[in-house]
Amino acid sequence: MQFYIQNALGGLAYGSLLFLIASGLTLIFGLMRIINLAQTSFYLLGAYIGLSLVTHGWNFWLASLAGGIVTMALGLAVYSAFLHRYHADPLTSLLLTLGLTLILDDGILALWGGDPHSISPPAIFAGSLTFGTLVFPVYWLVVIGISFAIAAILFLTLQRTMLGVMIRAAVDDEEMTRGLGVDVNRAFYIVFAAGALIAGLGGLLGGPITSAYPGLDGELTPLAFAVVIVGGMGSLGGALAGSLIIGLVNAFGKALFPELSYFTIFVPVALIMAFRPQGLFGRKL
Amino acid sequence: MNDAQSACLELRGISKRFGSLGVLDDVTLTVRRGERRGIIGPNGAGKSTLFNIIAGELPASAGSVHLLGRDVSRLPAHRRARAGLARTFQTTTLFPRLTVVENLVLALQAHSPERFHLLAPRSRYRARDEEAVALLDRVGLAGCAEVLVDALGYGEKRQIEILLALAQKPQLLLLDEPTAGLAPADASLVTEMLKRERGGTTMVLIEHDMGVVFDVVENLTVLHHGRVVADGPLETIRGDAKVQEIYLGGNL
Amino acid sequence: MSARRRWIVTIVAGAALALLLPHLGVPTFFVSLLTQTWIIAIAAMSLDLLIGFVGLVNFSQAALFGVGAYAVAIGATRFHITGFAGGLVCGMIAAVVTAALFGLVALRAEGPGFIIITIALNQIVWGLAYQWVSVSGGDNGITGITRPPLGPFDLSSNTAYYYVCLAAFALTLAILMTVVRSPYGLVLKGVRDTPRRMRALGYNVWLYRYSALLLSSVFAGTAGVLFAWYNQFVGPVDLSLDQSTQFLIVTILGGIGTIYGQLFGALVVIFLSNELSSITQRWMLVLGVIYFAIVLYAPGGLVVLVPRLWDRLRGKRVAVVPAEHP
Repeated sequence: MQFYIQNALGGLAYGSLLFLIASGLTLIFGLMRIINLAQTSFYLLGAYIGLSLVTHGWNFWLASLAGGIVTMALGLAVYSAFLHRYHADPLTSLLLTLGLTLILDDGILALWGGDPHSISPPAIFAGSLTFGTLVFPVYWLVVIGISFAIAAILFLTLQRTMLGVMIRAAVDDEEMTRGLGVDVNRAFYIVFAAGALIAGLGGLLGGPITSAYPGLDGELTPLAFAVVIVGGMGSLGGALAGSLIIGLVNAFGKALFPELSYFTIFVPVALIMAFRPQGLFGRKL
Repeated sequence: MNDAQSACLELRGISKRFGSLGVLDDVTLTVRRGERRGIIGPNGAGKSTLFNIIAGELPASAGSVHLLGRDVSRLPAHRRARAGLARTFQTTTLFPRLTVVENLVLALQAHSPERFHLLAPRSRYRARDEEAVALLDRVGLAGCAEVLVDALGYGEKRQIEILLALAQKPQLLLLDEPTAGLAPADASLVTEMLKRERGGTTMVLIEHDMGVVFDVVENLTVLHHGRVVADGPLETIRGDAKVQEIYLGGNL
Repeated sequence: MSARRRWIVTIVAGAALALLLPHLGVPTFFVSLLTQTWIIAIAAMSLDLLIGFVGLVNFSQAALFGVGAYAVAIGATRFHITGFAGGLVCGMIAAVVTAALFGLVALRAEGPGFIIITIALNQIVWGLAYQWVSVSGGDNGITGITRPPLGPFDLSSNTAYYYVCLAAFALTLAILMTVVRSPYGLVLKGVRDTPRRMRALGYNVWLYRYSALLLSSVFAGTAGVLFAWYNQFVGPVDLSLDQSTQFLIVTILGGIGTIYGQLFGALVVIFLSNELSSITQRWMLVLGVIYFAIVLYAPGGLVVLVPRLWDRLRGKRVAVVPAEHP
């Protein structure tokens, strides 16, 4: 029993981190057909920036917000300089985000070196909770809480604001929405910026769980894509459900079948993609 | 010959729904061999959907499609093409980055084993290219043989669109608004092309331009809200009061 | 000089140079890099067949390549398949079988869906290589693969192996250039550009995509086998997503839809990553920027860009036929 609860909590914590990456991935793809391979590099960049600020004495939360904002600025710069022209061209935009990944990865390596950095959570959350024989870090719950709060903000924005209505309409039918006089391009900028912000902000927040090291982004990318496949491309609710599912499958797969844990994630993912391309929660394409 | 043998295309009770939206409702019609049939109806009547169902691009929600007496309802589009069906598209659907000859060769070699030949360059297949040029010559386009389709004018593209379907030597030819968007001079070129094919190929034509319809077809089916409201020889339909009311606005 | 003459002269000169190079006193290091170039170019050409002629951006090309490499390694260390032909066939079959399975899954999707699913598929194979230690050796990979002799020729010297890889490259180039110009190649281009019309013409679009994937895997697997013998080692990095990315970059840099362009892509990537790394640690950054610029400003790749720059340098304004770009 303890084994299951332990892994379930760890999986949910990891999954809620994946949501911070995958929410941007799925919205950016759903809205502008850009497969943003650099989304996990944004996460890693946010982690390193946040880490540097923390070592300079910044407050953990402020540092993580700052990491998000710097990442967002970078994302916006790249989007407005290059990417915005290719939103209808999935191949070119993919190739460009791939190039961006190469540049970011090497830039990170140049600035912060190749050593892995472990990141400690803020002191008040550094402890562990103990229930009988069950022991787990408090910070897991914090990460789950923050991710759900961010998810709630995203949902409310999509459901309750004018901007959200515009975005949802443009995901459904861009041409029609443009025809109605909606400034869809503005929605593109906002969604790309939000995606980069949340991923960048997630970097330091997730740091105590994932650490920060060159190549982390490359490890997270397939998982983030798995989330988007499971949840359905363009669906925020799907991304949340998919994140938690992938987080749990990842945790239990690693615990139960250590030699085959990638198999246990990606075989179902490939099958879902093949037989239910709209994902488990997406509408039929 | 009995009915089943002489029928080129037979639709039995075709219905199509997209979610809660019914697009076609119990469409039944028979096109004889050698017949030239027009399908008319206001926008949204379900004409293009019907074509997509006949050609196998969309599954019908109910009903069956019979081609030359054979039930093809379960065959994918390419198998129906191999069974003798060819179609053109309302929006030009060619290979823009290939030359005109290459476009035609794709149609001409579609049923030949050479489509799988991969270890000899196409320059060994001169006869195919000549066949394509001969087809072009028939419509006076031999001069564009080596031009990329992308570089052609719209009128020429529409002609190639039809020529590709003719190159398939079909038993049944579906033409989806062949003159859509054409200037009158180009439209009459297309009409001439179609008239030249009369007698041989069975044709089903969707068209908004009544001039073209009356020039090319002999029988008409009128679709309205996904149902067949009238079906018969041109002259009968012309006089049909119901048709005049819903579609032709009474001024025929 | 006519374009055709210019071509023939370039090819003959290039071939002569490639044949003589190991005897011109160049450092062995250089010969070794060129050997690597031939191998990577084979893999990139196999990818260009898919991207440039069928419109399938396959992110699992490294899996096909790596499965070929692992097959020859496992065959040699476990099953005593140590001959040249035996190893090569082993690798090819492994790659084709993998592609046959991948195709069943991935080809149910098109466009972006195909891209994402092949990322997942590549990750499955990488995960197996990385984690299934009892078979693959895990992170340590498999060592102790020796280059088998080819008939009477001993391949243990770098020069001998250089010629084997050069020959494999030339053969792949000749075969793939013929394929893309064949009637079948024309069908592939049709499938790439307008699958809907191809179906209306009577072509089984799925079958062509599938067969092209299998054909591509033969060459990807061959490259993998050659790479395993070249390094005398295989590891998970050979079939990682990073390796797929490298193939993709080589293919894009060289010029999509050209086949021969991938040689230039491979030359640039291999030499930049090795030569540049001795000058600056930031070769990846340089490569990334070059790649980014080419995608943005010269989507036809180096084979379009270089002649254009050359002609401009000589003050000529010659229309360059753009390479095909999907």
